[in-house]
Amino acid sequence: MNEKKAIIALLVENNANVLSRVSMLFGRRGYNIDSLTVSETNDPTISRITITTQGDDRIIEQIVLQTRKLVEVKAVQLEDENEAILRELLLVKVAADESQRATIRDICEVYKASIVDFSPSSIVCELTGKPSKINGFLDVIEKYQILELCRTGVTAMDRGNKIMSCENKESHKC
Amino acid sequence: MKLTGAEIITEVLIEQGVTDLFGYPGGAAINIYEALYHRQDKIKHYLTAHEQGATHAADGYARATGKTGVVLATSGPGATNTVTGIATAYLDSIPMVVITANVGTDLIGKDSFQEVFITGITQPITKHNYAVRDIDKLAETLRDAFRIAGSGRRGPVLVDVPKDITAATYEFSPMPRWEEPKVSSAPQSELLKVADLIAKAKRPVVCFGGGVISSEAGGELVEFVKKARIPTCHTIMGTGVIGFGDDLDMGMIGMHGSMTANSAIDETDLLLAMGTRFSDRVALNLRDFAPHATIVQFDIDESEIRKNVMADMAIIGDIKTELQSLIPLVEGKERPEWLETIGNWKKEYDIINGKNITGIRPVEIMEVIGEKCGSDAVIATDVGQHQMWAAQFCKKTRPRGFITSGGLGTMGFGYGAAIGAKIALPDATVFHITSDGSFHMNMNEACTAVSNNLKVITVIFDNKVLGMVRQWQTSFYNRHYISTQPERKTDYVKVAEGFGARGFRAETKEEFEKVLDEALAGEGPAWIVCPIDREERVLPMIPGGGTVRSAIME
Repeated sequence: MNEKKAIIALLVENNANVLSRVSMLFGRRGYNIDSLTVSETNDPTISRITITTQGDDRIIEQIVLQTRKLVEVKAVQLEDENEAILRELLLVKVAADESQRATIRDICEVYKASIVDFSPSSIVCELTGKPSKINGFLDVIEKYQILELCRTGVTAMDRGNKIMSCENKESHKC
Repeated sequence: MKLTGAEIITEVLIEQGVTDLFGYPGGAAINIYEALYHRQDKIKHYLTAHEQGATHAADGYARATGKTGVVLATSGPGATNTVTGIATAYLDSIPMVVITANVGTDLIGKDSFQEVFITGITQPITKHNYAVRDIDKLAETLRDAFRIAGSGRRGPVLVDVPKDITAATYEFSPMPRWEEPKVSSAPQSELLKVADLIAKAKRPVVCFGGGVISSEAGGELVEFVKKARIPTCHTIMGTGVIGFGDDLDMGMIGMHGSMTANSAIDETDLLLAMGTRFSDRVALNLRDFAPHATIVQFDIDESEIRKNVMADMAIIGDIKTELQSLIPLVEGKERPEWLETIGNWKKEYDIINGKNITGIRPVEIMEVIGEKCGSDAVIATDVGQHQMWAAQFCKKTRPRGFITSGGLGTMGFGYGAAIGAKIALPDATVFHITSDGSFHMNMNEACTAVSNNLKVITVIFDNKVLGMVRQWQTSFYNRHYISTQPERKTDYVKVAEGFGARGFRAETKEEFEKVLDEALAGEGPAWIVCPIDREERVLPMIPGGGTVRSAIME
């Protein structure tokens, strides 16, 4: 079994329950969700979901086919990690007294992270980038005491002229 | 015209061609029942003893006819009681629309009396479901429900309607009934490849399942295998399509399938799988299933390809259309050696064992039913040993005549299903084959059969034990019989009479022949209890994870 990471983009009807339907499908078939983002698109009737998951080729194929069967799912595509634009946002609150601030600021400068909040004993850093960049930043910042951390999960889009649009599933005038 | 939500529901049902529905009223559903009161000329509601029975009846109705079965239930417990029936339909891809009433919109989410989040509960067991929240979406949603349930790979769809929406009014205009457009066939080049594989194969096998019945492709399947001369086996869901005893028929495949079918799978060099999803009761060992074969999988649902068994080639689409295109491309090719091998297996293996068994035998019961009622009778089963015996010995020769819970394996399915089938096909002889274990789950539906004077003949294979689990305890658990020998003292003849039905008892084949004649001659439902030796086992049996080489023969 060659487990690998996969990034799956979905266009779904912007209905109540649609997120639970997608996540329940993953739950009931035993697929793991590593991260999930969802938001409305330029068309207010359509939301876009990006899921990162893991599995061998056969599992990933199954995930795509099973997800596509959901009535409210209008399009499914696998994103190529090397081709697509992948972005994620990190907020991390690090313990920092006056003596540590300068070094942390230096690290942030190298990674182009912004410092968005100061307190006498802590700093909140914000970083947007592809997951590997965020992981790299965290490797360094972990030397300090991390008080709180959250990542939004990956959101993805193809470069260039390739447009993800609703598939011609007979069920929906999309 | 302006109608109430409840009237919109009944009008859409009528528009969609629904003439019968099954259900149970309650506070939240009462407006819908009021609307039905005024449309009894067009649509008949059958009250069951329990909402589970209603879903099984709608399911049996759908399996017997191909039409979409319809269920109506009230909120809360009414809705939750439909869950097992919905899951049963889902696992066997049966078209069904379940309408549940819910509490009023202003009470939703407040843990109100008889409120339950049924769309959440049924999400993983429906093809799709809807919670209607606006009267302006009601008609469209119900039409979508029928379209989704009855198209592509069939399945149950649930529509939850709050009580205030059934009372609100909205403009309604009737629409023509939706008909599924024909799914276009796979490219000719792909079918030519299949035809080429068939021409080159030395030991080809067709294995088909419920998809062939769902697609009404039984005639095409028989024409295809007869033209190409390919030996054929089926899953339990495919029972009845090819004539029993035909030289190309190898019977059922899988855990309790025939040795011939399982041996053929083991040796075939080309397996054509049609409308079957390779469940773990069919492909018991995924790695060793059809180990020498090129596998071509035909399915309407693309996600079934390579879900369980790794197919080498896939044809996606409606099997009826695919077969119509494939038949002209194949040539009749005799493979005398292969057919001879199969003939020898049949002679060697497919005989019925049973040393030291006393009293009437399951095979005898099924033979008598077959002789007296022919292949037009409908047989609905419950789940367990009797189900396997019924499948092995029913000798069905037409599709939709054998109704069984194949995927979910729902004990208690049979009576409701038989009632639904009898309502769908009033002129058919309908049998409900059950056992003491399964029958105790839902025998309450006897009242439904009595109220509606439905001549459903229930045959109880009474071995006084939970036979299938006990058989496993015998074979794999050192005869540790826990909770499978309940010592019940149920007097079925009296219970039948207590319900207002007729009760009979038959201890020998001759007695069974006699009482079956009586049961068939009389009016209304009848139960025939047949005491069966509890040591009678379902054989052959391939244990889970095994192959034909590990089959238990006696």
